[in-house]
Amino acid sequence: MTSFDPRRVRDDTPLLTRVINDRPITFLDSAASSVPPRAVIEAMSRHYERRHANVHRGVYQTANESTESYEGARAAIARFIKAPGGANEIVFTKNATESFNLLAKSWGGANLKSGDVVLLSEMEHHANIVPWYQLREKTGIEVRFIPVGDDYRLDLRNIDALLEGVKLLSVTSMSNVLGTINPIKELARTAHAHGALVAIDAAQSIGHLPTDVTDTDVDFYCFSAHKMLGPTGLGVFWTREEILADMPPFLGGGGMIADVSTTGYIPAKGPTRFEAGTPPIAEAAGLNAAVMYLEGLGMDNVHEHERHLTDDALTRLEDEFDGRIRVIGPNDTNDRGAVLSLDVLGVHAHDVAQVLDQFGVCIRPGHHCAKPLMKRFNLTATARASYGPYSLVQDTDVLLEALTDAVKLFG
Amino acid sequence: MSNLDDLYREVILDHYRSPRNRGELESPPAIRVEGFNPLCGDEIVVYLVVHDGTLVDIKLTGHGCSISQSSSSLMSAAVKGKSLDQVRDTITNFKKLMTVHESSLESDATPEPLDVRAMGELAALQGVVKFPVRIKCATLAWNTLTQALEEIPA
Repeated sequence: MTSFDPRRVRDDTPLLTRVINDRPITFLDSAASSVPPRAVIEAMSRHYERRHANVHRGVYQTANESTESYEGARAAIARFIKAPGGANEIVFTKNATESFNLLAKSWGGANLKSGDVVLLSEMEHHANIVPWYQLREKTGIEVRFIPVGDDYRLDLRNIDALLEGVKLLSVTSMSNVLGTINPIKELARTAHAHGALVAIDAAQSIGHLPTDVTDTDVDFYCFSAHKMLGPTGLGVFWTREEILADMPPFLGGGGMIADVSTTGYIPAKGPTRFEAGTPPIAEAAGLNAAVMYLEGLGMDNVHEHERHLTDDALTRLEDEFDGRIRVIGPNDTNDRGAVLSLDVLGVHAHDVAQVLDQFGVCIRPGHHCAKPLMKRFNLTATARASYGPYSLVQDTDVLLEALTDAVKLFG
Repeated sequence: MSNLDDLYREVILDHYRSPRNRGELESPPAIRVEGFNPLCGDEIVVYLVVHDGTLVDIKLTGHGCSISQSSSSLMSAAVKGKSLDQVRDTITNFKKLMTVHESSLESDATPEPLDVRAMGELAALQGVVKFPVRIKCATLAWNTLTQALEEIPA
């Protein structure tokens, strides 16, 4: 059973009671980082207050509890994304960026050679671009891009030609700039038909859309805990058990070994092979709480709620600003998430954000770590407003009020 | 909204809407240097013509926020036609203006001993220090100019 009432979610989220510049905070930057509910914060406090100990080592009671909590988070994530092989397929990293570095350096380093192609898209975050350029410098792979059309969606007309010689298709499930939701199930089917594996940057969708890696039939999944109401400092890398078993270790150190001697080492098997050193244990407890919280809300409900907010905001932006504000992204809510990149004509995104701050409105100005996409649309920066399960129509009211002021100030 | 008025003074908005010395110069002979702000994607190109120790012409292109654009416009107006020594003094004074003094963040006190009144229109940028993340916007053009001065043949 799920129950969803955005007002209750808001009441559950302490940060959203803050007052900024004499106005209640209007938080519209969930695409950068979502705001954790009390349940997540308390789960981490409880960990430190009641059972903190290092994991996988001690035999005393709190150490056992700590290990159980950490491994419990792994199982919760496996359940949340419907990993076919369960918790053994979940690797904890530092963030989605580190997950991509693990993918490129470990899997890519072992499986890609000079001339092999990695196919990305023009709407990727730098986290899913730079690690591939680094691998290209090392091994001479080719990096190719699926273009983005004028409708702000992937231009898939030449997808068969683009997939020629491709060993890995690595694309985002939802653009952090455009809000576009990509058809990953269809893309995976097409890519597999060409013999390529499929990696997904799920950082933007994980806290906003239902996830099912079994149904979409993808091969790798990367995301961050802090974009799904969880804490910072913790990311997730998922791949099928048989692929994970063949991946060489990434970072070396304690915890990732089966044996070490003065002549060498044998890496551990399973996810811990990729988790060198003491992991973020309290953060994993927080993530477990975030998963339970989102499961309680129901991801279909979250998606539907944010879709309603997006619909309302798109309509009012068009009605109230008479073309003065351009939305850089699809103008309908079909396959579109609650990320609104705004181009206020004649006003730079930084100035927009500065004026909005006076109203307690938190948005994100800049290139959003997607410079190839910005270049594609001849932009240097946009002012991005993004929603979460705790967002309400009243947030859009304040956003529009503040935008009106910004437009007036800069004439 | 007195806070915001400190930042977006009329002089700044005027230079943003009608930037001075905007354009390109043929390079060479002009010195051409690019400046980037990787955090926000702002870009600026400074063109300089120096003759007999005097900065005889300066032009700027690029794009960015009102603070970075007005700062580059104000800078060009302040240094054009000046001797290189005067240009360097102006840069030094501007950098001082952009230095965060803890006391000045707390109160409205002007950082001493800089004579702000002697800086003319540049003083309009004084309010930027109250918005620390915007200081890098204001200093982009100046850092690029500093770099261009270093490229003047001895």
